[in-house]
Amino acid sequence: MTITRRRLLMLLPAAAIAWDSILAGTPEESPNYKMTDHWWGMLIDVTKCIGCGTCVQACKAENNVPDGYYRTWVERYHVAKWDTEMPQVDSPDGALHGFPPTKQEGGKNFFVPKLCNHCADSPCTQVCPVGATFVSPDGVVLVDQKYCLGCRYCIQACPYGCRFLNPETETASKCTLCYHRITKGLTTACCETCPTGARQLVDFKNPNDPIHKFLETHSVQVLKPHLATRAKVYYYGLDGSVR
Amino acid sequence: MYPNEIELQWSVLIVLYPFLTGLVAGAFILASLERVFRVDAVKPTYRLALLTALAFLLVAPLPLQLHLGHPERSLEMYLTPHTSSAMAMFGFVYMWYLMAVLVLEVWLDYRRNIVVRSQTTTGWTRWIYKVLTLGSTNISERALAIDNKVGWIITIIGIPSAFLLHGYVGFIFGSVKANPWWSSPLMPVVFIFSAMVSGIAVVMLIYMFMCRVRGQQIDMRCVDTIAKYLFYTFLIDFALELLDLIHRIYESDESFRSLDFMVHTKLYFPHIVIQILLGTLTPILLLAATQVLPLNAARRRVTYGIAGCLTLIGIFAMRWNVVIGGQLFSKSFLGYTTYKMAFVTREGLVVAIVLTILPFIILWGLVKLLPPWEETHSLDLSPVALAHGDD
Amino acid sequence: MANLKDAGHLFRMAAVFAIGIVLFLVLRAIFVPKTFGQYGHYRAAAIAEVAARPVMFAGHQACESCHTDVLEVKSKGVHAHVACESCHGPLAKHADDPTALQPPHIDVAVLCVRCHEANIAKPKTFPQVVSADHSGGMVCDTCHKPHSPKIDSGVSQ
Repeated sequence: MTITRRRLLMLLPAAAIAWDSILAGTPEESPNYKMTDHWWGMLIDVTKCIGCGTCVQACKAENNVPDGYYRTWVERYHVAKWDTEMPQVDSPDGALHGFPPTKQEGGKNFFVPKLCNHCADSPCTQVCPVGATFVSPDGVVLVDQKYCLGCRYCIQACPYGCRFLNPETETASKCTLCYHRITKGLTTACCETCPTGARQLVDFKNPNDPIHKFLETHSVQVLKPHLATRAKVYYYGLDGSVR
Repeated sequence: MYPNEIELQWSVLIVLYPFLTGLVAGAFILASLERVFRVDAVKPTYRLALLTALAFLLVAPLPLQLHLGHPERSLEMYLTPHTSSAMAMFGFVYMWYLMAVLVLEVWLDYRRNIVVRSQTTTGWTRWIYKVLTLGSTNISERALAIDNKVGWIITIIGIPSAFLLHGYVGFIFGSVKANPWWSSPLMPVVFIFSAMVSGIAVVMLIYMFMCRVRGQQIDMRCVDTIAKYLFYTFLIDFALELLDLIHRIYESDESFRSLDFMVHTKLYFPHIVIQILLGTLTPILLLAATQVLPLNAARRRVTYGIAGCLTLIGIFAMRWNVVIGGQLFSKSFLGYTTYKMAFVTREGLVVAIVLTILPFIILWGLVKLLPPWEETHSLDLSPVALAHGDD
Repeated sequence: MANLKDAGHLFRMAAVFAIGIVLFLVLRAIFVPKTFGQYGHYRAAAIAEVAARPVMFAGHQACESCHTDVLEVKSKGVHAHVACESCHGPLAKHADDPTALQPPHIDVAVLCVRCHEANIAKPKTFPQVVSADHSGGMVCDTCHKPHSPKIDSGVSQ
């Protein structure tokens, strides 16, 4: 069979579709992704979190997070009676391997996942001396690994303890809201693998985002609201003892 | 503890840095006492104070460079400074202070000596002097009068610049709302006054030491005056720190319980014992004794020496308690960590000790190059003096 | 007004400063990255660099496009909303080229208890057991089929 030009023209789209399904695991960067169309955040439903630590493992696998440092982690709270001032909190290895069972009975016990809050008024980007960390036009706080000096001022300035110095690159590092995934239409690694749906990515500018309805009808909080960071990670079911 | 908080970010080098810049600011304020406020008594220390400030200012960036993850990128702070960042703007404050204040003032004050030495010394130092003259050998009466006037203006500008230099360091800490141990409008003010205390003390000690080394009589009128200023500045500094303490205890906000516990346990030795008892109260009492009791010169010298040393230890401890203390407690107010100071690594104790000694070595070099114990900026233009140079 | 001749050295010093400033401006022109300042005070090219990271988790839609049979079972069970890679790990490489990377074998005894081991902090409505007492040493998938774990679901695997 000779390959005529016509045959080739018919084969090409078929090849393209086939090629697409071959590359199903790694979608192309959406050429239609416009940063100004998006404003990213997250919703965390504390009542659903089971402290399995799958999100911590997934983040580590997705982003190659070094041992002993955490882009996200889960804390377990034990609030005796109703004393919100002095909860007992633990986070063994950031909950990378879940939590060991406790002997403690009684009181309020729950898990709180934490990550970078991608603050709109972020104190960490304010103090960077060179502009190596910044809020992207679509609302994600990122670090420029080639520009960061490793001065650690941003790590000091973050009220939530979500930043660390990556010992391999000697630069500041933190949750990027899986920017390389969300710009391709995927969700973050932690949201993808959370078995109970406690973590949900939100696009505040997308009118079709299903989380908007939830945010409008439920009481939600951010961490440390008194610091006015305009954090974009909202928590539902957050107890007053959570720091 | 949030998992990422367990490791301290800022090490002993970052403790050393405000200590060094504080000495700079304080030494300069002492020098300006003579130049601008016409306190004649401290004239013998004028040039020494300037050289001390210069020596410490030259070493000050070193702990920062050693601390950075990427020191090779540090030029970025000057090329693309983030104007909302106190640290970035400090780079320019430092450069301004070094070049437009300190280097200029030292140069103008020493210019006559430099020109004379460029013509009279032999050996390789002659070239250093030649370069420093910038090719101008005009040391006529008019030229020196101009130098004097310009130098006076620079000192006037230099006083707020010195305050800005160290106040800025205070602001770098004081503006961090995430950290309640640091976040305070008082922080720049406390830093400035503790800087003045440490700077005055270090110049006093170096002066007494150098007089001893040179076999010269210590000018008691000079040292008594310096000690008096040290005493008064110390009182202000202590009052400010008391104010911070009382305010914290009284308002007792959400951070108080955690910080209080920290000061009583982890920071007990550095804060209560070293900074407050040994480093503040004892020197204040010693200096008060010299003001009130009729002590003879020898006794006063010993007292000043002890008070000066304790002061420096106390002010270093203050920097330690601010920097390290601010990282020992969790921002959740529910936990504490420990500072494991390294020994021989890039940010270790050995490096800190070397960097503390280095300014004294540089000062020794500067003193050799530009001796401070000749006549100061007073114009002795008799032909005899000019012909004989400055030894 | 002072004689300018006597202030000659000051002009020389001023020249030194001027040279310094010019040098600074030249350095600035050379070393400031080209994309700096495009969107804000940062290197705009950094955004693309972050976005160019390789993806490790394919996302459940990628899995479901091939493994329709599993999807059929899972969507009817209580694990319907558990993403495939929550249990099977990051498999973007497998989705790209299924023969190149086989999903690693799962250690059931370790995996299931991660979520289902009883813990006082887990929500009361969440199915959890004390594994030591629950199965008498038998591994979980002896009785529970992971894609549709409820035993009385009536779905055969």
